[in-house]
Amino acid sequence: MHRILYLAQAEVLHVIRDRATLAQVFVVPMVQLLILANAATFQIRNSDTYIVDLDRTTVSRGLVTRMRASGHFRIEEISSSLEGANEALLAGEVTLAVVIPHDFERDIVRAGQAPIELSVNAEKGSAAGIVQAYALRIINDYAAELSPPANPRRPARIDVSMRSRYNATQNYKHYMVPGILVALVTLIGTLLTAQNIAREKELGTLEQLNVTPITRGQFIAGKLLPFWALGLIELALGLALGWLVFDIPMRGSVLLLFGVASVYLFVALGVGLWISTLVETQQQAMFVSFFIINIYLLMSGLFTPIDSMAPWVQVVTQVNPVRHFVAISRAILVKGAGPAEIARPFLILLATAVVVLTFAIRQHRKVAR
Amino acid sequence: MSALRGLLRKEIVHIRRDPRTLTVLIALPIVQVVLFGYAIRTDVTNVRLAIVDPMPDHATLDLRSRFAAAGVFRIVAVVPRTENLEPLFQTGAAQQAVVFEPDFADHLENTPSARLQIITDATDPNTGALLDAYASSVIDVWQRELAPRGKQVVIVPQTRMRFNPTRESSNLFVPGLMAFVLTIISSLMTAISLTREKETGTMESLLVSPLKPWQIIVGKVAPYLVIGFISVVTILLEALLLFRVPLRGNVLLLLAEGGLFILTSLSLGILVSARTSSQRVAMIGALVGTLLPNVLLSGFIFPVESMPTPLQVIAFVIPGRWFVEIARGIMLKGIGLGYLWQATLILGVTTLLLLVASTRSFKTRLE
Repeated sequence: MHRILYLAQAEVLHVIRDRATLAQVFVVPMVQLLILANAATFQIRNSDTYIVDLDRTTVSRGLVTRMRASGHFRIEEISSSLEGANEALLAGEVTLAVVIPHDFERDIVRAGQAPIELSVNAEKGSAAGIVQAYALRIINDYAAELSPPANPRRPARIDVSMRSRYNATQNYKHYMVPGILVALVTLIGTLLTAQNIAREKELGTLEQLNVTPITRGQFIAGKLLPFWALGLIELALGLALGWLVFDIPMRGSVLLLFGVASVYLFVALGVGLWISTLVETQQQAMFVSFFIINIYLLMSGLFTPIDSMAPWVQVVTQVNPVRHFVAISRAILVKGAGPAEIARPFLILLATAVVVLTFAIRQHRKVAR
Repeated sequence: MSALRGLLRKEIVHIRRDPRTLTVLIALPIVQVVLFGYAIRTDVTNVRLAIVDPMPDHATLDLRSRFAAAGVFRIVAVVPRTENLEPLFQTGAAQQAVVFEPDFADHLENTPSARLQIITDATDPNTGALLDAYASSVIDVWQRELAPRGKQVVIVPQTRMRFNPTRESSNLFVPGLMAFVLTIISSLMTAISLTREKETGTMESLLVSPLKPWQIIVGKVAPYLVIGFISVVTILLEALLLFRVPLRGNVLLLLAEGGLFILTSLSLGILVSARTSSQRVAMIGALVGTLLPNVLLSGFIFPVESMPTPLQVIAFVIPGRWFVEIARGIMLKGIGLGYLWQATLILGVTTLLLLVASTRSFKTRLE
């Protein structure tokens, strides 16, 4: 026990005495959290819109007015030039081009039906779908408005009410911050561990430790504990910052989140340890960590939903611990999930922790190769 | 000049004698593009829908079958009460719920209106908004069919999804992925070529050799530029053959821009490794500092226009952002330099500045 504590103490001293590391561990992630949480959004306010009004009548202008008033669209230009609309789409200046054809008003008055053309810049991805939905809603409402007063005995009316659960204000930060927290804890946990042991190898101090009576288990415990504590502190800081700055919801038990985090950190640290047994130098440790963390993050559902991934990829992501912790973090903080609701991903994390640690400890040798 | 040739030869020998690293450099981008090309998507299909139907009748069953037939929904649970929904939402078993009131059909036929509630898990606001739109359109269609056709005005929208008519995710993300993967291998390559010299202490010998700083830079960049260019070509082939991303513009222009972008990334890497004194700082800094910004600020996943203005300013100096724009522009929109000159110019100027700056920082090291 003493030996573990001594080793842990040495690690703590290493981190505290090295200003640069300290800054990297605490300041950089927090700054990133503050900045990046703002970047991760698909939200569209004021889509730039180009309107080609070939009709130029009261009815066509009425539609333009309603689009402008909806708050979803910023009308960049109204002209009668199809070419201009095409140019604007190609240059990426507008997301939507609306073409109101000749005789729009006449067709509506005489036939009760008129076409309209919407060109959405699908280069904008899912934003394009939402822009289209907004535009269609305005057009339909306008058509209803133009219709003669409906039959007073309106049959078969469905009163649809929409309710957005958990994130009623559609605040993207509330969705991203719990996820980015996980990413930062992972980065620090895995990277610091991998790099730390690789450094001891490089400096030759690992050799010295190998000839001390310390056992393999003790060595790993002493190495991991300080980083484990560091990870939890990191999480606490990030959570506090998210709460103060972004007002992220904490509907579930924060204690439960920390409980899961304490298990999750063993996975992150275990992976770091395992990487360090594979490599000889700090630089190699960096490459391998970089590669693994890259895959971890992009395939975790942090940025793009797991549900959208190809079916075989969804199966592969089951072995990605980040995926499960991101899901748990969001479920607890945003949805207020309790132990029963997160049981499944938690058990997977627990199993991963056992497997990864056993594997890493077996890989770690007290003999220099 | 012969000194430069010597350095170049040395670098090539380095690369040739280390086939393992070379394999990694060539294989890494290929693997990543496959993996991420299938993983990074945003289309929403197979929506897990729960139905709350306290008293099933012909109207609710009809609408339920409409949801089932719509193609995007998969009904995962039918429960009698709203309270049963909570655990379904919290575990993620359901993403959306349709809640019928009791006696739905009766209300529909004999009272002014029947009530229906759509509850959506909006934890992810983007998916939430799409789900809302999907569900509303199913109900709208059903309702329109129920209502006898009166003298209603109809405006018939014809929607064209320009540049990506099928709205296939890989068409958007694979060109973006090029920027991401190329940045990664570039930083990896400069780290290999420069930090290794520092690590083994041979950097000092390079600095005292007759080589001028710019020659060292050229010697370090040129061989890796070739490897980077090979990656550009392989990723492009993957995009075209595996993901069937259209290439509507000029291939040569795209390759040239790819080469330029590799050069930009390499010079950025060179500058960073030339300036940082401690390896430890350089490593963690490079990792923590580049990974997330590269994903988040390049516009590769999240559109730059959606960001708050200060972040758009930061994104302005991220080279990846411009290459994402260029790659998508050439591949999807088929546009040429007429539209892309700005982005190209910014990349070019950035590269020049970075190269000059790295040359300078080499000089200071000699003093």
